[in-house]
Amino acid sequence: MLNIFCYSIAAWVLLIGLYGVVTSRNLIHLVLCLSVMETSTYVLLTLIGYRVGGTAPVFADIPVGTKAVDPVVQALMLTDVVVEATVMALLLALAVQAHKRTGSLDPHDLRALQG
Amino acid sequence: MNARARLLVFALGALLLGGAYMAALSQLAPLGRGASAYADILNRVCVRERHITDVVTAVNFDYRGFDTLGEEFIMFTAVMGAVLLLRRGKDEVQAPQEDELTSRRGRRRSDAVALAGVVFTAVLLLFGSYVITHGQLTPGGGFQGGVIASTALWLVYLSGSYKVMRQVGPKPLVEAAEALGAAGYALVGLIGLFQGAAFLQNTLPPGSIGSPFSGGTVPLIDIAVGLEVSGGFVLLLLTFMEEVLEIRLH
Repeated sequence: MLNIFCYSIAAWVLLIGLYGVVTSRNLIHLVLCLSVMETSTYVLLTLIGYRVGGTAPVFADIPVGTKAVDPVVQALMLTDVVVEATVMALLLALAVQAHKRTGSLDPHDLRALQG
Repeated sequence: MNARARLLVFALGALLLGGAYMAALSQLAPLGRGASAYADILNRVCVRERHITDVVTAVNFDYRGFDTLGEEFIMFTAVMGAVLLLRRGKDEVQAPQEDELTSRRGRRRSDAVALAGVVFTAVLLLFGSYVITHGQLTPGGGFQGGVIASTALWLVYLSGSYKVMRQVGPKPLVEAAEALGAAGYALVGLIGLFQGAAFLQNTLPPGSIGSPFSGGTVPLIDIAVGLEVSGGFVLLLLTFMEEVLEIRLH
């Protein structure tokens, strides 16, 4: 039971972020909701990599062979955190330009293609 | 589509997506009891094989180094995209406004903030370089250290002024650092090719376990990625600040 509850946190974070994206009336709010959605990936990967009684996969001061969590999902996540930050900057730059062109940050005002 | 219809479509989609997601999750191994042969092998052989004690770094820059090269270029492209989007348009002028350059709008910075800023700028740069260069030993590496080091310049702005920030981190230098970092990763990959092995294969001597020079090509890649990440983050900061403080419509 606890099992499914923990995993379902990832699903909840994804859906609550999606709800924000769908109902958003502000492009900056929308970008932040998108980053909430992305966070669900981190929750899921952390949970998948977790091992009961496992330590961090760093064998600097513990002997090799000590039970450790999955290093692969952590590596995937680590690069993604940084990449996500720059992708957010790209999306926010888009929001800045949209505001400059239309004078509004409301996605509903961006109906027609221009230029 | 009005708000009601939009919400209805979302509710339907969310039910479907949530249901499928939960069905998939229920097939996963119980929490904390999953097994991955790949992970177990890496945890067991990494230290002996590569003399790298942080397995996460080894996965990133050695065992799956090629994947990370791709990730790094996603980042590079995203930064370039943001810079391109925020460039000066045809109907805009770029003119520094003297009052905004020297002080932050209407707020006087206290001496305590300035002093703390100077101290912590040095601390952050040092800590950033430490994290970058010790990625193969303890948690850290180019990605994390690069972000830490880049915050030093943000602190310069916070405790000094925009003008000082531009002097400390001139844009051409930052751009060069980012490009050098991105190219550096690919160039390190060539070392393997020149030694008759595969691209990005770790062919340099592994060094002694626990030494900052251990890990073969991994410390080199760490430094390249650190340069790229810190350069990219600083470039983003400079670009957004320019957009706010310098670029005006005609």
